[in-house]
Amino acid sequence: MKSSIIFSVTLGLATLNAQGAQGKLRFNRDIRPLMSDTCFHCHGPDAKARKAELRLDIREEALKPAKSGAVPIVPGKPGESEVVKRLFTSDKDDLMPPEESHKTFTQEQKEIFRRWIAEGAEYEAHWSFIKPVKAAVPAAANPIDHLVRQRLQSLGLQMSPEADRRTLARRLSMDLVGLPPKPEDVDAFTADTSVDACEKFVEKLLASPHYGERMAIGWLDVVRYADTAGYHSDNPRNVAPYRDWVIAAFNHNKRYDRMTLEQIAGDLMPDASLETRVGSAFNRLLLSTEEGGAQAKDYEARMLGDRVRAVGAVWLGQTLGCCQCHDHKFDPATQRDFYSMGAFFADINESILGRREEGILVAPHQDEAKLKEFDDLLADAKRKLEDLRKEMEGPLKQWGADVLSDKIVLPELAADSKAGEPDKKRALQVVALLKKENSKIQPKEQEIIEKYFFEKVDTKYEAGRKMLAESKRQRDEFYKPLPKCIVTTHTNSLRTVRILPRGNWQDETGEIVKPALPAYLAHDAKAERDLTRLDLAKWLVSREHPLTARVFVNRLWKQFFGMGLSKVIDDLGAQGELPPNQELLDWLACEFMDSGWDVKHLVRLMVTSATYKESSNASHEMLARDPYNRELARQSRFRVDAELVRDNALAISGLLNPKIGGPSVKPYQPPGYWENLNFPTREWENDKNENQWRRGLYTWWQRSYLHPAMAAFDAPSREESCADRNRSNIPQQALVLLNDPTFVEAARAFATRIIQQGGDANARLAWAWRQALSRAPRSDELETMKALLNKHLDEFTKDEAAAALLVKTGISPVKPEIKAAELAAWTNAARVILNLHETVTRY
Amino acid sequence: MNLSTLSMNRRLMLGRSAQGLGGIALASLLEPHLLRAANKDLWPGVITKRHVPPKAKRVIWLTMAGGPSHLETLDFKPKLAEMNGKPMPESMTKGKQIAQLQGNKLMCFGPQHGFKRFGKSGAEICELFPQIGSVVDDICIVRSMTSEAINHDPAHMFINTGSQIAGRPSMGSWLTYGLGTESTDLPGFVVLTSLGKGGQNQPIAARQWSSGFLPSRFQGVHMRGKGDPVLYLNSPAGITRERQKDVVDTVNVLNAKLDTLVGDPEIATRIAQYEMAFQMQASVPELMDITKESPSTLELYGCKPGDGSFASNCLLARRLAERGVRFIQLYHKDWDHHGGVKEGIKFKAEEIDRACMALITDLKQRGMFEDTLIVWAGEFGRTPMSQGGNGRDHHNAGFSIWLAGGGIKGGVSYGATDELGYSAVQDAMDVHDLHATMLHLLGIDHKQLTVKFQGLDMRLTGIAGKLVKGIIA
Repeated sequence: MKSSIIFSVTLGLATLNAQGAQGKLRFNRDIRPLMSDTCFHCHGPDAKARKAELRLDIREEALKPAKSGAVPIVPGKPGESEVVKRLFTSDKDDLMPPEESHKTFTQEQKEIFRRWIAEGAEYEAHWSFIKPVKAAVPAAANPIDHLVRQRLQSLGLQMSPEADRRTLARRLSMDLVGLPPKPEDVDAFTADTSVDACEKFVEKLLASPHYGERMAIGWLDVVRYADTAGYHSDNPRNVAPYRDWVIAAFNHNKRYDRMTLEQIAGDLMPDASLETRVGSAFNRLLLSTEEGGAQAKDYEARMLGDRVRAVGAVWLGQTLGCCQCHDHKFDPATQRDFYSMGAFFADINESILGRREEGILVAPHQDEAKLKEFDDLLADAKRKLEDLRKEMEGPLKQWGADVLSDKIVLPELAADSKAGEPDKKRALQVVALLKKENSKIQPKEQEIIEKYFFEKVDTKYEAGRKMLAESKRQRDEFYKPLPKCIVTTHTNSLRTVRILPRGNWQDETGEIVKPALPAYLAHDAKAERDLTRLDLAKWLVSREHPLTARVFVNRLWKQFFGMGLSKVIDDLGAQGELPPNQELLDWLACEFMDSGWDVKHLVRLMVTSATYKESSNASHEMLARDPYNRELARQSRFRVDAELVRDNALAISGLLNPKIGGPSVKPYQPPGYWENLNFPTREWENDKNENQWRRGLYTWWQRSYLHPAMAAFDAPSREESCADRNRSNIPQQALVLLNDPTFVEAARAFATRIIQQGGDANARLAWAWRQALSRAPRSDELETMKALLNKHLDEFTKDEAAAALLVKTGISPVKPEIKAAELAAWTNAARVILNLHETVTRY
Repeated sequence: MNLSTLSMNRRLMLGRSAQGLGGIALASLLEPHLLRAANKDLWPGVITKRHVPPKAKRVIWLTMAGGPSHLETLDFKPKLAEMNGKPMPESMTKGKQIAQLQGNKLMCFGPQHGFKRFGKSGAEICELFPQIGSVVDDICIVRSMTSEAINHDPAHMFINTGSQIAGRPSMGSWLTYGLGTESTDLPGFVVLTSLGKGGQNQPIAARQWSSGFLPSRFQGVHMRGKGDPVLYLNSPAGITRERQKDVVDTVNVLNAKLDTLVGDPEIATRIAQYEMAFQMQASVPELMDITKESPSTLELYGCKPGDGSFASNCLLARRLAERGVRFIQLYHKDWDHHGGVKEGIKFKAEEIDRACMALITDLKQRGMFEDTLIVWAGEFGRTPMSQGGNGRDHHNAGFSIWLAGGGIKGGVSYGATDELGYSAVQDAMDVHDLHATMLHLLGIDHKQLTVKFQGLDMRLTGIAGKLVKGIIA
């Protein structure tokens, strides 16, 4: 059963892609994917793994005769090509790929090789390593639609009709701000007959401050933003202002090249400011450890690798991590490239082991001013106290002399003293010390004398000291919660970076390397001085760079269409996928750069296209022919991201706190979930104020124990860069939506609003449906819901205790005017609505 | 196989087709249980035919977290006793990783407890573990394990995932993905944790049972002794099982109605997941409730219901095994004896000795020992050198583990460290070798269980791993 389906799906795809059957085969489209996966491991870029000195990824090499005299590839002559012989032979010893590789070619694939050689065996440079070319498109057409239609036409497919306005309103709202549309907005949009109705709707969403939040979610995944250090004790570090920086960057439509510079080199920019420095927190988002017995060299190597992988993932779409131990197996990236890239970050001032520093203050101006006030007052008080101290010198001496000459008797030692033993002892000690020769008195002893004097004899100074301590306490209390951020600072004492043979940090025989751009991408780079992070960032966003724009466009495409134009989002290298519609990806990449790296422009282009507006309905034929919707003959439908599952429920319920930015928050989490954390042991404390209902992206991101409701819906732990979240459908998701207090409380709050609308069950359900699903309920839905409502109203009326228990879930106050039984029954109805597939799905 | 292809295939298969489900959905308006029967989302595994004949069906992995001292458990070194207080020969330690003893003088520290011979095989183990001694003829002691990592967190990652880089699937995830699950109402990969009395409980991150780049359905589910045994398992207060069923049924019926309109294979999966979740709400508490075990069984393990002990978890492991769970991993903490190793090991012996014996005995009594592969291992061992005069530091150049059951040769010892217990010098076995051998016993060629990730055919064993025939029956 299963295998036959896989078979038919594979066939479906093969048919779709076999345009080669008519036209000439193309290396990048038809040959490289086969070679990369099957041949390059032994006959590719990695010199150390190369067998028989044969290299197939470079044409000149593949055309050279081997020692035996056999020629691997003879263009135009498959019969004389050793490669073809080896592919088709029945001799197991000669067969390629060999049995132990566990790789095989189908007969069809072998024929493709034969045909390609017959056609002249022409090579192409890897598609993503050459600059994108902007295809010419008719001025009148939407370029995206033009390029999609062009491809659909060649496949004999057609675009789907436009989705209805209600679906579009929901789709756009989810995709652009991550919240459901308000019913009245859907109505207005549906009623708007103007030609630019859609554009206006989009502009409103782009102007919403929630747009930045929505865009931040994916970005925080790739840069691996988290509130904790990651390894072992997984303690907190201050990075929240960076998240605010990301949200603001998208909201203010900061140019993407500028975003890049600030993150990699915000401290080195000529116009460096607090803002650019906070952006540079990017460099500090890696994993670090506080584990006792960790070896600095070990973690220095880990951190270097962490950073290189991140740059590879965020900007290059390259799996550079492979090169930590050896040259890349599939792409021309070398181990030298890896360590030279790492060397860019050798100037970052940081401790390799241990707790991260507190970071710089990132407070609003008024807080900063107030802090300065505190500090000024404190400095003033300190000075005054010091003066007072000096003034007291004379009286202190005089008092000492008086005690010695018996002019003064310490009250504890007076005949009628009622002082206790310890006080008497202390007084005796002071007298004894006073009797000592001045030069023999130790500083500690002097302190004992003075302490007595200031506490018992003349208390002016002591009172001043106490007041100062109190001021200091107040200042610290004010200072402590102010936002701080670990950022990048440069040091001139650079860490030495060596190529580590096989990635082994204990091996110090490798060559020392300086910062350098990857040779395979930066062909004509010649450095007249040592390169810096700023150079790296500038190179990444130069108009000549083949990857940066494509990588960003491809990720954004996934946000709006469910899958990238090149489906392997995190790898545009040889093992990634040549995009079926490369012209489209390349046009968008060029347009992005030409527009001045204008992100909102790019977003606007995508979401106002007819392609975006297509219906996501898929007929069986369509599903069978293009199961993954690679050709865009329809929109995609998918469950929304973890954060939005939460936001959606809170918005529907009316509980959502729309505040933007600030430190992370702690929504309800099952007690004891952190029981396996240590150093120190910790317990999560649920927020007990309006922070309880903040959006999901503000959830405290504990790397080793990510909030379980987030994790259940595939939010990544952000230990490594994640460009392509899983989109799973697992029982834990049902358990969260059914039982997590967040969703039960949201259901109760929603139920409260439903009941307050008044009317009969039909009217109430109609209102609820509009809030949650932006549509009217169908009659069979009403019947199903009413059956549940009636049954549960009946039950809860008989079992009021149970009703009271249910509606007590959560910290938001319960409306006393609503009967518990009614509220409980409607809470269950609301739970049903919040659990619906339609509620958590973007269609 | 490509993962996105994989999930789509599953969805298409489940969809089989949306029309079919539509029919059921309509019927289920009256009879919701029809839906239930029609939608078991049982993962069959990607390996349809085992690569080699399997000896074991499932794994119970007893992780001794913190790094047990091999020198006070399984690896007797009289020479180390002789050298007690003398400097370690530099020739042994040169070029090796050192953790907290960096920069310290390295002094030999003799075994803190005596060793005895047990069983017909006469295997020598620490005298604090007589119960394990009583079943020693069923187990295979490996005294030549090595690891690449020397700090807890990376070392756990390495022995669980074969890599020190976060984001790779844990072995339990690999196995569930490869072989599928046999349980309809429990996850295929379950984790239980317990604390030790000695108080040296190192943190354990949830990534240790993460499915990494595999779909989330393969991640280990942590079952807990306190609170909800599975997160969010309990229905809200005031919601009886019957009322929860009403809610779930209504959700499923409405979802099925939607499916008849939009024909989305994902909806069938969603319905199946709600069924599974609802069943778990009953099956997990039933599983966790060991009060119905016979008094003799409870006595065998030496545990009391609800005590959260390692022994209780061993008993739960057997119950999970009975119910078709593929991979059961227990973490017992508090083996991190930087100080007070002598006393610390006594605590550990009290906590695990009887329980390990009981697990083996119990499985044997039930005829499940032969097809259950048991592994007892820490993330690394401990130094023959003293730390602070009474403890031992982390150590990865040579340490000991034991295996038993499914396809393992009982009553033998394999490999050896040098005379001071520092380096594995005979038949060294690294983590990849252990993984390769375990997979082999489960019928899998470790080179053939691969998933495409970041352009590579990823394996549990990375690019290494060799079959260790010497421990196979």
